[in-house]
Amino acid sequence: MVSLTILSSTLAVTAAITGVGLVALALWLAGLISPRSFNPQKGEAYECGIPTRGESMAQFKVGYYLFAILFLMFDVECVFLFPWAVRVKELGGAGLLSIAIFFSILVLGLVYAWRKGALEWK
Amino acid sequence: MFDFSILTEWIHSTLLGFMPQWLAVTTECVLIGLVLLLTYSVLALFYIWFERKVCAAFQCRLGPNRVGPFGLLQSVADMFKILIKELISLKHTDKFLFALAPYLVILASMLAFAVLPWGNGLQIINFNIGIFFLIAVSSIGVLGILLAGWSSNNKFTLIGAMRSGAQMVSYELSIGLSVLTMVAFAGTMNVVEIVEEQSNLWFIFSGHIPAIIAFIIYLIAGTAETNRGPFDLPEAESELTAGYHTEYSGIHFGFFYLAEYLNLFIVSGVATLLFFGGWMPLHFPGWDGFNAIMDYIPSVVWFIGKAIALSFVIIWFKWTFPRLRIDQMLALEWKYLLPINLFNLVLMVLIIVYGLHF
Repeated sequence: MVSLTILSSTLAVTAAITGVGLVALALWLAGLISPRSFNPQKGEAYECGIPTRGESMAQFKVGYYLFAILFLMFDVECVFLFPWAVRVKELGGAGLLSIAIFFSILVLGLVYAWRKGALEWK
Repeated sequence: MFDFSILTEWIHSTLLGFMPQWLAVTTECVLIGLVLLLTYSVLALFYIWFERKVCAAFQCRLGPNRVGPFGLLQSVADMFKILIKELISLKHTDKFLFALAPYLVILASMLAFAVLPWGNGLQIINFNIGIFFLIAVSSIGVLGILLAGWSSNNKFTLIGAMRSGAQMVSYELSIGLSVLTMVAFAGTMNVVEIVEEQSNLWFIFSGHIPAIIAFIIYLIAGTAETNRGPFDLPEAESELTAGYHTEYSGIHFGFFYLAEYLNLFIVSGVATLLFFGGWMPLHFPGWDGFNAIMDYIPSVVWFIGKAIALSFVIIWFKWTFPRLRIDQMLALEWKYLLPINLFNLVLMVLIIVYGLHF
C-alpha cells in the first residue's frame, strides 16, 4: 500500500520532528508577541495566597506505587502476548496450550494481588 | 473507491522528474510534516469547538456563535488569545522538566496521530506493527503529565499528576488487552491490513460477542485515558484547581489543551480502525446495490465521520455520569475491566482456534 519509497521509520522521525517543531514554533511565536512584566508575587505557586509551606516535591501515597508495579507486570504480559496473537490461527491448539500456562501464571498473580488486598485503595 | 496512492505516486514521480532522489525524499518529508501540522492543529481546533457546541446543546445553551459562521472560528480566536498571553516563569519550578513536559505530551499525540489510516492509500506511517507502535507512543503522554505535575512544585499539581499517572497506566492495560483481542481476530498488527480485512463486514459485526465486549471496554478505557468525562479526577476543578497543568500559563497551557482534544480524536480513531472498519464503507455481504452506493462516499469522509460520531459518544459520557472517586476508578479497572478483558481474550482465542460461531 505504501506508494512512496520512504521508510516508515523515516516518516516516524518526520512526525516526531513535526511534533517538537510545533511546540518550538509556537513558543517562539509566543515569545515574540506576548507581554512580559515582573512582579515577585507572580513567581509564587498557585495555591492559596499565602506563601507555600515546605517543599512540594514531597512524599506521596504509596498506593500509587503499588498500582504502578502491578501495571508493569501486566503490561509486560500484554507485550509478550502480542506476537502470539498475530499467529494465533496458525499456531492452533499447541500454541494455545503453551500460552495457557503462561496466562494462568499471570491470572494467579492477579488473584494473589487481589487476595493480599493490593487492589484496595486505603 | 478513489485510491489516494495515485496522488502520492504522482507527487513522487513529478518531484523525481527535476530533482535527485535524496532531495525528492526530503521535500516529501517536509510536505508530510506540513500536512501533519495543518491537520493536527485544524482538527484540534475543530474538536474544541465541537466539544463546546455539544456541551452547550446538552445544557440547553447556544454555545459559541459570534466568531465566524456557527462560531466556528471561536477556537481559532481562543488559540490566538492564548498565544498573546504572558508566559509566567515561576520561582520554585524545576525549569528543565517544566519546559520539557509540553514537548512530550505533544510528541506522543503527534506520533499516534501519524499512524492512523485516513483513507484508501492515505496513510503516513505504515509499520507492520502499526497498532503496537500506536499504543507504545501514546503512552509517552503519561510521562509528560507526570513531569508537568512534579516539576511545577505545587501540591495540587503533584496530586493531579499522581492521580493521572495511576489512572492512565491502569486503563492503558485495558486498552492494550482489548486491542490484543482484536489483533488476535485480525491476525495482523498492520493498520492498513486490519482495515482491508474489514472490507466485507466490520469487526464489530463479524467479531462475535467478544468484539462487542472489547469495544465497550475500549470505549470506557479510552475515556479514562484521555482524562475526560466521569474520569476527570486528575483535574477535578472543585478540588485541584486544574490538576497537573495548574502552573502552566499562556501557550504552555495551550499545548496540554490541544493534546487533550487530539487524544480524544486518536482514541475514537483507533476505535474506528479496530471495530468500525477504519475508512471502509459500510458493507454487508450479499447486498451488492447497497455496497455500491456506499462506495461513492469518499473514504476520508467515512473515517472522519465515524471518528467524530464516536467522539460524540465520549463527550456524551461526560455530561451523563458523575465524577468517580479514585478508589472507585481503580476498582473499576482492576476488579471489573481487567478480569472481564482477560476472560474475553480467552473467549476470542477459543472462537478463532476452534472456529466456533455464535
